[in-house]
Amino acid sequence: MFNTKMARPLMAATLLGSVLLAGCSGPKTLYQWETYQAQTYEYFKGEEAKEAQVEALERDLQKIKSTGKAVPPGYHAHLGMLYAGLGKDDQMVQQFNTEKALFPESAPYMDFLLKNAKKGAGQ
Amino acid sequence: MNLCTLRNLMGLLAVSLLVGCATPKTVDYSAYKQARPKSILVLPPLNESPDVKATYSMLSQVTFPLAEAGYYVMPIAVVDETFRHNGLTNPADIHGLSPAKLNEIFGADAGLYITVKEYGTSYMLISSATVVTASATLVDLKTGTTLWTGTARASSEEGNNNNGGGLVGMLITAAVKQIINTSTDAGHPIAGITSQRLLSAGQHAGLLYGPRSPKYGTD
Repeated sequence: MFNTKMARPLMAATLLGSVLLAGCSGPKTLYQWETYQAQTYEYFKGEEAKEAQVEALERDLQKIKSTGKAVPPGYHAHLGMLYAGLGKDDQMVQQFNTEKALFPESAPYMDFLLKNAKKGAGQ
Repeated sequence: MNLCTLRNLMGLLAVSLLVGCATPKTVDYSAYKQARPKSILVLPPLNESPDVKATYSMLSQVTFPLAEAGYYVMPIAVVDETFRHNGLTNPADIHGLSPAKLNEIFGADAGLYITVKEYGTSYMLISSATVVTASATLVDLKTGTTLWTGTARASSEEGNNNNGGGLVGMLITAAVKQIINTSTDAGHPIAGITSQRLLSAGQHAGLLYGPRSPKYGTD
């Protein structure tokens, strides 16, 4: 059994430890970013195949969903554009609609893209 | 020192680096507060540096600070594709479009016009530094009114003053760093720091928090 004289410094040490640990959680962000920004840079550089870019973004999406945090703005729209480039129009439409549902601010632009895609004239 | 203390220290260092850059000036926020933009369209940055990578390297780093400040950021690569499909590949031409036209197509409340003034590594006798400097103007796309302007700079040489090894040692270090800096696109991570200094909310003379931030309306 502990005697109180021993327990007090022990408690103090535990408290100090948990304070340090709490400080470790890092700054909170509104979104879970994963490699979204790096993927947009890849897209601009155009060195990596679109299939590989889709794969990386879908894999990250599963990670984000498993933590329950928010997907960054533009993520689904970017994925939709990649699907359009691969001729997968159903997935493109689905991604643009998801962007719209998560971020109503994107609605006019997503509607513009969907309308142009329907015309078959690309974006 | 355990890992946690180290991480806390690094966090502090990162914060002090971010803080160290704010330039003291007074800003008139009245037009900005009246406009209350929710969404931001970032145009491909103008590039005044000799490095052709600057425009898209910088553009790829802006979504994080703007979104974390509480704004909806139009998907940068998708936006760039839309410009390309309409024959617009030159940032200067895109910056020349009328705000009303941009508002009509993208439905964004505000446009962010960025100019990269310095990007990349310059080799000097004693040291070689990778530097990225950029300025930005936030414009209300419905009215064309300027809401905010800012400038920021970041360098690989910040807090890097331990010159041991004498003159020859320094020359070798500079030459080696030049090779590393140019071969790995060293400007890109530095552009990330510049972008966060330029576009994070909650700093002096910085952008205001947007509607998606819990701190919206507190500044």
